[in-house]
Amino acid sequence: MTDSTPHGMHEGPAVGQDEWVARHAERRIMPSGPLGTIEDRIRRVPWWAWLILFLAAASTLPAFSSSGYVRYVAFSTVLYMLLALGLNVVVGWGGLLDLGFVAFYGIGAYAYAILDSDKFGIHLPTLVSLPLIVVVGAIVGFLLGLPSRRLTGDYLAIVTLFFLQLFQTITTNGDDAFGHNVTGGPNGILRIDPFHLGKHDLVVQHQGIFAVSYFYVALAFFAVVFVALRFVNQSRTGRAWRSQREDPLAAEAMGMPVNWLKLMSFSFGAAVAALTGTLFAAQAASVFPLTFYFVLLIIVYTMVILGGSGSQAGVVAGALIVSPLLELLRDPGKSRVIFFVGLVGGLLLMSRRSRALGMVAIATLAFGFAVHETLGAIDKSWIAGEHQGGFAGVTDHWVVAPAHLARWIAPTSYIGLIAVVLLVTLVRGRTRLVLLVPTLYLAAFVWENVMLAKPEPARYIVLGVILIALMILRPNGLLGERRVEIV
Amino acid sequence: MSILALKGVSLSFGGLKVVDSLDLQVNEGEIVSVIGPNGAGKTTLFNLITGIYRPDEGEITLDDQSIVGLQPHVISQRGVSRTFQTLRLFLNMSVKENVMAAAYGHTRAGVFRSMLRTPGMRREEREIEQLAQERLAFFGKRLMGYRWDQPAYSLSYANRRRLEIARATATNPRILLLDEPAAGMNPSETHEITELIGELRTEGGYTILVIEHDMHVVEGISDRVVALDHGVKIAEGSFDAVATNEKVVEAYLGLQTAATK
Repeated sequence: MTDSTPHGMHEGPAVGQDEWVARHAERRIMPSGPLGTIEDRIRRVPWWAWLILFLAAASTLPAFSSSGYVRYVAFSTVLYMLLALGLNVVVGWGGLLDLGFVAFYGIGAYAYAILDSDKFGIHLPTLVSLPLIVVVGAIVGFLLGLPSRRLTGDYLAIVTLFFLQLFQTITTNGDDAFGHNVTGGPNGILRIDPFHLGKHDLVVQHQGIFAVSYFYVALAFFAVVFVALRFVNQSRTGRAWRSQREDPLAAEAMGMPVNWLKLMSFSFGAAVAALTGTLFAAQAASVFPLTFYFVLLIIVYTMVILGGSGSQAGVVAGALIVSPLLELLRDPGKSRVIFFVGLVGGLLLMSRRSRALGMVAIATLAFGFAVHETLGAIDKSWIAGEHQGGFAGVTDHWVVAPAHLARWIAPTSYIGLIAVVLLVTLVRGRTRLVLLVPTLYLAAFVWENVMLAKPEPARYIVLGVILIALMILRPNGLLGERRVEIV
Repeated sequence: MSILALKGVSLSFGGLKVVDSLDLQVNEGEIVSVIGPNGAGKTTLFNLITGIYRPDEGEITLDDQSIVGLQPHVISQRGVSRTFQTLRLFLNMSVKENVMAAAYGHTRAGVFRSMLRTPGMRREEREIEQLAQERLAFFGKRLMGYRWDQPAYSLSYANRRRLEIARATATNPRILLLDEPAAGMNPSETHEITELIGELRTEGGYTILVIEHDMHVVEGISDRVVALDHGVKIAEGSFDAVATNEKVVEAYLGLQTAATK
């Protein structure tokens, strides 16, 4: 850094000078031709154009599918997007590890259930109850923040986790709160009103099929929340949030009231979650305590981390990937398609980096056929198992599937797979590549014979594997900015 | 007229007296240097003034009003700003945002106005941006143009020091506390910083209290020098007077050397 003439005119980029850095864009390696032009154009599209494009694309969904199930999944995906946006305020911008987040979602849902159902005979107009519940959510968030505002990191995580447990305890035992039945206990609250404007109900089901109106309402909520949060992030409050995330002491010394900012960040996240809760309650028409528990918390966190905490587009993308994925993994047939497409796609993507991985893919394929034929020649029953759903034709000749799975095979192969995967991470070079071949095949075997038999736990294992793989390849999430801790 | 005054300020960490009944006055428009060996309590002095530590005893006044017990952000809003010896930038935010964030204390737009982007909020936002550009322009071309939108972690060490000063000035302070602004800089950069501190006073109009180890810098900028050792003020006065003061030489070089000198 020896720029002796800071005020002088610059002529050409010189190595070691600021100018050289200034023109880094010119030196960036870009794909030439039309592909490069497209990439360049895409980079210049402003955020609101993406948002409008996304909303337009999403709102045409009902035209493509009249299935109530698909519409319902789309609706719940939007709910997840809202939750991810809310959590992003606390975790991504505020830098606060809030493990009680879904309790606010529950508070929103329960508040709506109490204010708009036969439970207490209160039927507030939606236009009154919604703002009221958002305010209640924000206030409870603020109150939780009060004792926790001096805590950071793991201490805060434990306190907020305790809050989630508290919410569980209160809702589960709320059927006898000082002698009154408030929350219905484990049986929850049933027959909750749908959203209603005047005398018109926004019906949940239309002729037995999920009414698409809730999807649109959710989408509208999403658009409003997205824009509002974006504007806040680009204001003095947003900058202060991120400043205190980066360095609380410096932020405080630069005139930012750190404690107050933390409380606000908690409040904002809670308000968004409560708003989402009302949507959930109005659509589901019933609320139960266990809906708002660890599984949901983990799913929402997965979305935020996978997409890139701190980036709004990122967390939305995370929700868009994880929510449909979890639905698809319920069905063994679709689940298999995802597994093999993921495996082959992953290998193809990686093979761009190293040719050797392409060879591994081919070798695995050959290995599979060889094992299949050999075992088939020894005993027909070892390959007589039925494959169902997508790709069944192909996998029939490739993956070994015994007609009757001996009791010892499932645990042995599963634990064996974990052991081999760990071994792969320990060895280097050619050994690793060679070892990858049986590992991949074993993975396919376990998937076909063990995991597909139990789709419910399997889908969370898949989610975990995706999360681990992504954290290795892109520690900041799909669309997250590069982050540094200490330089 | 004194802007900042400390009277009999003491602070202990357990049994260790870090600052011991310290008196200090900084007058409007002055540049005062604080020197002293490592562990003399210089940075602790800054932490006391900015409210990060609360003194056990004594009084700290800004414009004759006590600031003891106020929260650091309130003290900052009253007109005291600082840089840190160990740089504490908001590394994952852009260069411009680092400076804009520091305008928080003297801007007003609340969250609801921000959500609605009211005309008043947008006007204020433009003013903040202008302020940031102005403050960054103070350093010539070093922090200008394309650098604005780059994350702070991409800056070189010297530029990070400059950015910290730019950020500190964005709080619109009256008195600036600079904690070793020339630490880790090469000779030409050190020279540049020396001139810059002078400019901060003449052009920015700030009163400056500076901790510095580099005696050339101290000689070049100071109206007055205060020497600390073990939390006690051992000398005060012009650079020449303090530099030749027996106690100061002793504190830096040891008793024997002082005797033979």
